[in-house]
Amino acid sequence: MNRFLPFEAIAAFRFMREGISQTMLIVLGVALGVGVIVFMSALISGLQSNIIRRTLNSVAPIVIIPLEQVARPQRKDEPGALAENVQPRSQQLRSIDQWQKVRAQLERMPSIVAVAPVVSGPGFALRGDANKAVTITGIESDTYVRVIALEEKIVAGRLPAGASDIVIGIELSKDLGAGVGDKLRLTTASGGTETLNVVGLFDFGNKAVNSRSVYIGLRVAQNLLNLSGGVSSIEVKVHEPFEAENIAQRIQSETGLQADSWIKTNAQFFTAMAAQSLSNTVIRFFVGLTAALGIASVLVVSVVQKSKEIGILRAMGTSRAQVLRVFLVQGGVMGLVGSLFGCGLGWSFLAVWRSIALNPDGTPLFIIEIAPELFLLAAAGATLVGVLAAVVPARRAARLDPAIAIRG
Amino acid sequence: MAERAETLRLEGVRKSYGVGTPAELEVLHGIDLRLQQGEFAALIGPSGGGKSTLLNLIGLLDRPTAGRLFVTGQESGVLGDTELTQLRGRSIGFVFQYHYLLPAFTAVENVMMPILAQRGFPDAAMRERAERLLDGVGLTPWRDHMANNLSGGQQQRVAIARALALEPALVLADEPTGNLDTKSADVVFDMLREVNRSSGTTFLIVTHDPRLAQRCDRIIELVDGTIVSDRPNTAAGSAT
Repeated sequence: MNRFLPFEAIAAFRFMREGISQTMLIVLGVALGVGVIVFMSALISGLQSNIIRRTLNSVAPIVIIPLEQVARPQRKDEPGALAENVQPRSQQLRSIDQWQKVRAQLERMPSIVAVAPVVSGPGFALRGDANKAVTITGIESDTYVRVIALEEKIVAGRLPAGASDIVIGIELSKDLGAGVGDKLRLTTASGGTETLNVVGLFDFGNKAVNSRSVYIGLRVAQNLLNLSGGVSSIEVKVHEPFEAENIAQRIQSETGLQADSWIKTNAQFFTAMAAQSLSNTVIRFFVGLTAALGIASVLVVSVVQKSKEIGILRAMGTSRAQVLRVFLVQGGVMGLVGSLFGCGLGWSFLAVWRSIALNPDGTPLFIIEIAPELFLLAAAGATLVGVLAAVVPARRAARLDPAIAIRG
Repeated sequence: MAERAETLRLEGVRKSYGVGTPAELEVLHGIDLRLQQGEFAALIGPSGGGKSTLLNLIGLLDRPTAGRLFVTGQESGVLGDTELTQLRGRSIGFVFQYHYLLPAFTAVENVMMPILAQRGFPDAAMRERAERLLDGVGLTPWRDHMANNLSGGQQQRVAIARALALEPALVLADEPTGNLDTKSADVVFDMLREVNRSSGTTFLIVTHDPRLAQRCDRIIELVDGTIVSDRPNTAAGSAT
């Protein structure tokens, strides 16, 4: 007998060892459950953080644009009269009013990491007989890369630096047959036209973006889009991506401009993630419940089988509380041991998954970070579930009438 | 016999089952009984006469419906469940017919269990005491055997050692030799007598066996829930 273990633990361990096959079966069951939970949780959180990372790689957390233009019908009739039919105004491309000031104001906000002015609008890319509708994005390379890691997406060449530089997506490059070093022409509806040198190709991992977007210098874009000196939007990066919506609202109230966070613009995606998390929680709950029922049923049987022994323990001076604890300890230990094996199991699942889920080039499909808290949480949770599951059988054991239990 | 301490006193103890139901049945009808320290008494009587019920009451495993019960001077009726358990652990040792050792423990551990339950954590002194007690019943060579690997007589001797672990004032033995062959029965009985003589522990032994009863100092006969005779047995001393 281990001198550091109390009576309850010693009795609990001996009882479990006595019914070792039952104990092992239930420990195995708990282990499988915990393994599944650990694996799923790691997988889903890995998947989600991966999607978030990818999204944030190509989308600024907050985009600030001018307020929409609204029609304000003026009537000379009595005040308060409503116009019957108001046509919404068409939204022309406009600059943010006094954007330099707004930019300076944003840069002073502590929650903001970087601010990049952008001019963007529609245009056509022409080369020879081919022409493609594109979204022209005019940027200052040095500020823009601090918001969106464009330099990481460049697969050939470099970022636009000079007035005649253009960076295009790999799909557009294919469509136009223009590689690094070739020339192409951009035109816009307002009549602007520029001939530019392709200095780089990017790949955002998204065909639409790769075939529709071009990046040019801010000034060239201002000229092309007839927006001299102005910018159509300001893109902002924040420290805490999940705080973006709150920060956007603050910006909105402070600047009077419209600020859209990535959370708002990707609402559907966030709903999908929330649904995924919910289903994960539901699965966790039911796996936990199954484990609890398993532990409880094993202990209920054990209490019946050991009723004589419980009677003897009571006869020789063991209190009801001690008997209660003997069975609670069994539940807790089964949960704990099961969860330890389960953590190992979940870890192995993840290791297998990592070796299977690879890109064609051998890099992992996405990175699964295994948080140590996940294991701690699983172990603590399973122990708690075990103890709770043991409450009913333990109380039954404690309530046994020793006189009846002994006579059998 | 004057100034000896009183181990047990029953005053008008009654026990009914199914109280408040139409099937209410009184099995003990006002038992008065005293046991002085160091007595070695037999409780005899036909099956169904209430012997086991009486033993459960005396052993504090059950509570009387009426009457008062004192163990080592302490009235049991006023105690709560926890205090009752403590009093039982401290004052009473049990030896059952079917020995009822804990099969998951070794012989010496079984003897240790009552002390362990009392103190919480095991220690060397506890083990030493258990080993001494096992030695007293001649089981030193078997002390590390698992309980269910011992013979019936050996198990009963372990049970006796266990009953004595907390130096109880009173040992209750319910048919202690009922399940043993004659030779083992004699060994076990002699052991009980020996403990009684050397330590002054009071014994109350329930038995069907008249031969065994004749070897006790006092014979109490319980028939249909009433003590019909309670006499000293002078033959006992010379019989052994």
